[in-house]
Amino acid sequence: MSQVATPKSQDKSIATAPMSVKVGLARMLAGGVIMDVTDAEQARVAEAAGAVAVMALERVPSDIRKEGGVARMSPVHKVEEIRAAVTIPVMAKARIGHFLEARVLEQLGVDFIDESEVLTPADSEHHIEKHDFKVPFVCGATCLAEALRRIGEGAAMIRTKGEAGTGDIVEAVRHLRLVQRELRAVLGVPKEELMALAKELRAPYEQLLEVRRLGRLPVPNFAAGGVATPADAALVMALGAEAVFVGSGIFKSDDPARTAAAIVKATARWSEPAIVTDACREAGSPMRGVHSGALPTSERLASRGW
Amino acid sequence: MSARPNMQPSSAPRVGVLALQGGFEPHLRMLASLGVEAREVRRPAQLADLTHLVLPGGESTTLHHLLALFDMWDVLRARALAGELALFGTCAGAILLGKSDGTRPPRLALLDAVCVRNAYGTQLDSSRETLAVAGQPMDCTFIRAPKFTRLGPDVSVLARRGDDAVLVQAPGVLAATFHPELGDDPRVHRLFLEGCAPFARAAHERLGVV
Repeated sequence: MSQVATPKSQDKSIATAPMSVKVGLARMLAGGVIMDVTDAEQARVAEAAGAVAVMALERVPSDIRKEGGVARMSPVHKVEEIRAAVTIPVMAKARIGHFLEARVLEQLGVDFIDESEVLTPADSEHHIEKHDFKVPFVCGATCLAEALRRIGEGAAMIRTKGEAGTGDIVEAVRHLRLVQRELRAVLGVPKEELMALAKELRAPYEQLLEVRRLGRLPVPNFAAGGVATPADAALVMALGAEAVFVGSGIFKSDDPARTAAAIVKATARWSEPAIVTDACREAGSPMRGVHSGALPTSERLASRGW
Repeated sequence: MSARPNMQPSSAPRVGVLALQGGFEPHLRMLASLGVEAREVRRPAQLADLTHLVLPGGESTTLHHLLALFDMWDVLRARALAGELALFGTCAGAILLGKSDGTRPPRLALLDAVCVRNAYGTQLDSSRETLAVAGQPMDCTFIRAPKFTRLGPDVSVLARRGDDAVLVQAPGVLAATFHPELGDDPRVHRLFLEGCAPFARAAHERLGVV
């Protein structure tokens, strides 16, 4: 890609922001639940249930899975309607590599962009150069190296990919455990072995040095993909996620308002089984879901992203 | 600070950080850098023997929702009004400590000021700036920041951005619209521990408390 085609040189009207300001907002969302919404009514339900933010998208992942077709960013009027309906931060999804969808969302004043594998990728090799934006980005990752590649591009938050729209938590658990295991390896090896480890993991070396300097990931790591019940939310928190994204799990349950409130409750006090039990009692019946292991490779969203 | 908690167990502050939601972890780190092992507070009973409580940044609507849900809202207010608990709020925490401006969420009304939500715009208006805090420069991070208005007579301004107060203190309460916990300068946290003692609000009716 030539320099002239980069977003920054096309649009100098929006400056960038320091990484600390982008990561700062991510840190303020910790311990919270970010809920997928497709319109203003859903956004209001989410806010009233205690969501820390809403995520605007065209269709929830389980509908994308069912209906097929190209999944794009939410229509402009929907993003505007959702922004007008709530006072909590509004996030929105852009297609992988689609830096102009991202520019549109930035113009609309969204607070965070999710460069998401749930939408149909716009670039089969490259992600958005996220440092060039003032708005912060979150990206999905299945392992430490993928997380560090996205952070290298400027992501201010990482989330597990899980397997969106399935209601099956197994992939999110796999991704959380893998990231933690690889973090332990990076923090544990002598420095002279780090370059070989970078090669083996396919992780940027400079980012590995930063991980060792900090003793952890440089940005918050949230969980997403397959969270359908309060117990699922508590599980991913117990496995080290700092907050939870819920997609289809709320508005595909039989009682979205109750399920949303119950997941918020279980996320805030995930370590207390009595509270999680109350939350499970209070939630609606979860979405039916599909076993992610039964999905053909072509239908696995987590394999999107490079 | 480091040796004090062990040497003076009776007078040393017992510090908690509300950990239901938000940026509580950076506060715990900052307090740890001052030698204070602060407790994560998620239950009403955990408020019982604290002398100092930090209300972190986060989403003020969510924090209110959870404080009410877990029966902590009234306990927290009662302990502060009785002069048993000093409070430090950053961003969303400052919003909750102030008085109501008629918008959601409800406020604790423990600080004689109004702290207006999202007063500067969206995340695109968030910034980091170097400001004079108690006469010395400090990197201040503003995230979807609120704004103090209608400061009462007992409220003193410790830092400003332009004309706007960004760090204020009243008896028993410290509040910032920025995030001192996201930087590496511990002066504001030290001020909370050493210069902010619990204060009984005999005249709290003046704050508009029902």
